[in-house]
Amino acid sequence: MQVVTAKVKKKPLLDLVADQIPKLVLSPTILMTVVFIYGYVIWTGVLSFTKSSFLPNYKFAGTLQYEKLFENDRWGVAVDNLFVFGGLFILICLALGIFIAILLDQRIRAEGAIRTVFLYPMALSFIVTGTAWKWILNPSLGLERLVKDMGFENFTFDWLVNTDMAIYTLVIAAVWQSSGFVMALFLAGLRSIDSSIIKAAQIDGASLPKIYLRIILPSLRPVFFSAFIILCHIAIKSFDLVKALTNGGPGYSTDLPATFMYAFSFTRGQIGLGSASAMMMLAGVLAILIPYLYSELRGTRNA
Amino acid sequence: MKKFKKSLLAIAASSVMSLSAYAGEVEVLHWWTSGGEAKSVAVLKQLLEKQGHTWKDFAVAGGGGESAMTVLKSRAVSGNPPSAAQIKGLDIQEWGELGFLTDLDKVAEENKWSSLMPEIVSKVMKYDDQYVAVPVNVHRVNWLWVNPEIFKKAGAKVPTTWAEFKEAAEKIKKAGFVPLAHGGQAWQDATVFESVALGLGGPEFFRKAFVEHDMKTLQSDKMVEVFEMFKSLKPYMDKDAPGRDWNIATSMVIKGEAAMQLMGDWAKGEFAAAGKKPGEDYLCVPAPGTQNSFTFNIDSFAMFNVKDPENKKAQAALAKTILEPEFQEVFNLNKGSIPVRLGMNMDKFDSCAKDSMNSFVSTSKSGGLVPSMAHGMSTTSYIQGAIFDVVSNFFNSDKMSAKEATQKLAKAVKASM
Amino acid sequence: MHDNTVLGPQTSSAKLGRVFIYAILAFLVLFYLMPLVVMLLTSVKSMADIRTGTLISWPKEFVFDAWGKAWSSACTGVACEGVSGYFFNSIKIVLPAVLISTFLGALNGYVLTKWKFKGSDLFFGLLLFGCFIPFQVVLLPMAQTLGWLGLANTTAGLVLVHVVYGMAFTTLFFRNFYVSVPSELVSAAKIDGAGFFTIFWRILLPVSTPIIVVCVIWQFTQIWNDFLFGVVYAAGDTQPITVALNNLVNTSTGVKEYNVEMSAAIIAALPTLLVYVLAGKYFVRGLTAGSVKG
Repeated sequence: MQVVTAKVKKKPLLDLVADQIPKLVLSPTILMTVVFIYGYVIWTGVLSFTKSSFLPNYKFAGTLQYEKLFENDRWGVAVDNLFVFGGLFILICLALGIFIAILLDQRIRAEGAIRTVFLYPMALSFIVTGTAWKWILNPSLGLERLVKDMGFENFTFDWLVNTDMAIYTLVIAAVWQSSGFVMALFLAGLRSIDSSIIKAAQIDGASLPKIYLRIILPSLRPVFFSAFIILCHIAIKSFDLVKALTNGGPGYSTDLPATFMYAFSFTRGQIGLGSASAMMMLAGVLAILIPYLYSELRGTRNA
Repeated sequence: MKKFKKSLLAIAASSVMSLSAYAGEVEVLHWWTSGGEAKSVAVLKQLLEKQGHTWKDFAVAGGGGESAMTVLKSRAVSGNPPSAAQIKGLDIQEWGELGFLTDLDKVAEENKWSSLMPEIVSKVMKYDDQYVAVPVNVHRVNWLWVNPEIFKKAGAKVPTTWAEFKEAAEKIKKAGFVPLAHGGQAWQDATVFESVALGLGGPEFFRKAFVEHDMKTLQSDKMVEVFEMFKSLKPYMDKDAPGRDWNIATSMVIKGEAAMQLMGDWAKGEFAAAGKKPGEDYLCVPAPGTQNSFTFNIDSFAMFNVKDPENKKAQAALAKTILEPEFQEVFNLNKGSIPVRLGMNMDKFDSCAKDSMNSFVSTSKSGGLVPSMAHGMSTTSYIQGAIFDVVSNFFNSDKMSAKEATQKLAKAVKASM
Repeated sequence: MHDNTVLGPQTSSAKLGRVFIYAILAFLVLFYLMPLVVMLLTSVKSMADIRTGTLISWPKEFVFDAWGKAWSSACTGVACEGVSGYFFNSIKIVLPAVLISTFLGALNGYVLTKWKFKGSDLFFGLLLFGCFIPFQVVLLPMAQTLGWLGLANTTAGLVLVHVVYGMAFTTLFFRNFYVSVPSELVSAAKIDGAGFFTIFWRILLPVSTPIIVVCVIWQFTQIWNDFLFGVVYAAGDTQPITVALNNLVNTSTGVKEYNVEMSAAIIAALPTLLVYVLAGKYFVRGLTAGSVKG
């Protein structure tokens, strides 16, 4: 928008202005980023050093909130859960995504329809599917009952109500939602591989699994990378999923940092503590993002 | 439908007469969005519109008001809170302290509020000794819902103490039923826990622990006993309880799968929807050992500062209307609760509600009337949250002893004070 | 695209392999469809059926009343007009937010790849961080900012929020796509005297269709499904459909009507489902065309 006004300025200036156009075009985004992302992060950082409780206030509290946070059993559980949940979720999504993509790449009939089935969960939020998932995973209502009714009396699937296993039900539902997207990424990757390389390998007598392992998968490294970052982002932000499926229970055994932060900042009126947990989350994000950006930006500079 | 047409007419008539006089608007944030609840608030809307004001509905459901409170905070921060919001218990004091709430003393005096409700209730509605909120209804939390059919089949007696409860539960379990229907969500765990605490410790113990947060009481042997009893109920629930909604637990009692449920009187709505009659198909009795006490859960609307004088009038009208007998009756018939206004004609209410009312009046005199901890009446949201964490975690974990839980409880409460 | 016939079956023993592949796929398809099937079945059951049967059993008879009720007469507050009105609220929010964020993303991606300046890479890195910020963190400061801007509780405010937090993604998509567009084209056009916008309109935009599709699908899904911002920044009658759905489904002390809830949930999901079913093909194509750098 600035550009339009800039253009009608006097002619001698035109060239000067033209040079600045790219920066001007980017400037709204820069402004928004500075205010709405970094401004707010700083604000949250400030709050984490205050006594803010019900609403924000600016009474300095030193590192009290951080000390409280690390003493809090529930925060420990939430962080451990993020590692378990995030690790499994990312791993299974990648593995399943590649697996389905390879299957679909075998000249499958009705590929379009099947692909849509794998992709559709991405279109639904857990606000929509939460109840259905809760039923399916519930032992007395869902799968367990169904299989038992079919005659397999000894079948048990009670993770949802088991304190030690409930976190894995989150993994199941999360994989269901996101693995289709990963599949699409890999399928796209597979389809863009130069077929002459594969032909050459076949002429050399390489077997199909070998071709996949030695040639195709290594060439998909950038896809792995993109998928990994997207999955990390989903794992860290997982919130609706927990709210819909377990609401952190049984007890608080399935709490994640995002739900912890929300509960303390909003439900329990301990904004200072919530902010401290948010800062810890952001620190975790940086630890993942910096290596990624480093390689990403170096990569394009070389290109 | 007839009612609706009637009120439409009334609205039309009143708008001709008085719309020019006041055209105030109230924006009301609440989390009553489903079935009977929504119909109940709709009555309030109609009554207000009859007086010529407009009602701007702002409904946000979820988590017993959790989402609504998040929204309210962001509205307050952005500088335009609604004129009225459904806020419960001690949170009213928090908002009052931050200076958001308006003083309702004028309306309260004109309508003699202080003589209409027990002091323990009006205390919750006041900040700095001024009315800032209006109570809508009273729920009794310490109810035990009973399926008499199962008791008959199992040859068990409806329990009046926790010892009897275990006796009956054993028999029911042997007969092949689930003795206690339960939904393992933090607030439901806490609902059961507080009923146990009240039944074993009595109202004085309850008040010391959950209202005054007396460290000695929280760490006492009595509390250990409460935790032990609470945990010993677990074998009487089915193993699929965690995460279950309360109403599914209720439907287990309705369907004859489970014999009992500890739940507030909103459970009545589920029984009514399934066409069951109180006293015949199901019984409502006080939770074991709590015959002479009453844990209350009161819904209320807190009134925020508004600038526009017309809107201020509308807000005052809203406050006044809420406590009028007309609204109190219709609303509470719908919601399953009892009027907060004393001395009302209870003819239209069912036997459970009548019992509840009698007990509300008598306990308010005897001192057996206590605020519910599980429903945010007795303590701030942060202490409540801390208690929930300990109680729910203890209940779901096999690794913690009752003694440890007691210490954790004391520590958690202290840390969040 | 590679010609995947080269990977096809060559021997008859591979036939067994193909049966195996189809079996696995069939199993997976069942797993992925399960929640949707449960929802659909429940939506056509009667409440009596739901109360007495198991929740994932086959309906005794098919009743479609719940759908009508969810659309036009279920209560979501004091009003009992179903979710239809909120459906259109969502459209009013989603359309401008998707268009603006996609357009901004395209321009940003263009600048960040073809008109790099000192610090532009650094800026891109900083922007990406925006993808990761948990939205719960920004709720209160954003509320305050919207209040200052006079946009609190307006649809415009909500559009702004979605644009701001969608931009990081759209920029990422377009940047990664434009990286693979040969820079020689752009430098040749520059020599010919074409300006910044001419190059964008004439050279970049015409080849951008695949990534625009990806971007629009992504943004549409994200914004349509958003609950957190919608519930916090929209006032009563401008709430998006996810909030109405939540109001309908979530009850603290009311009676639950699961068939109506499931119907409403499916109605709320229809647009995004439709987008994936209809445009899913282009989605994969768009990803192939370059958002995946391969």
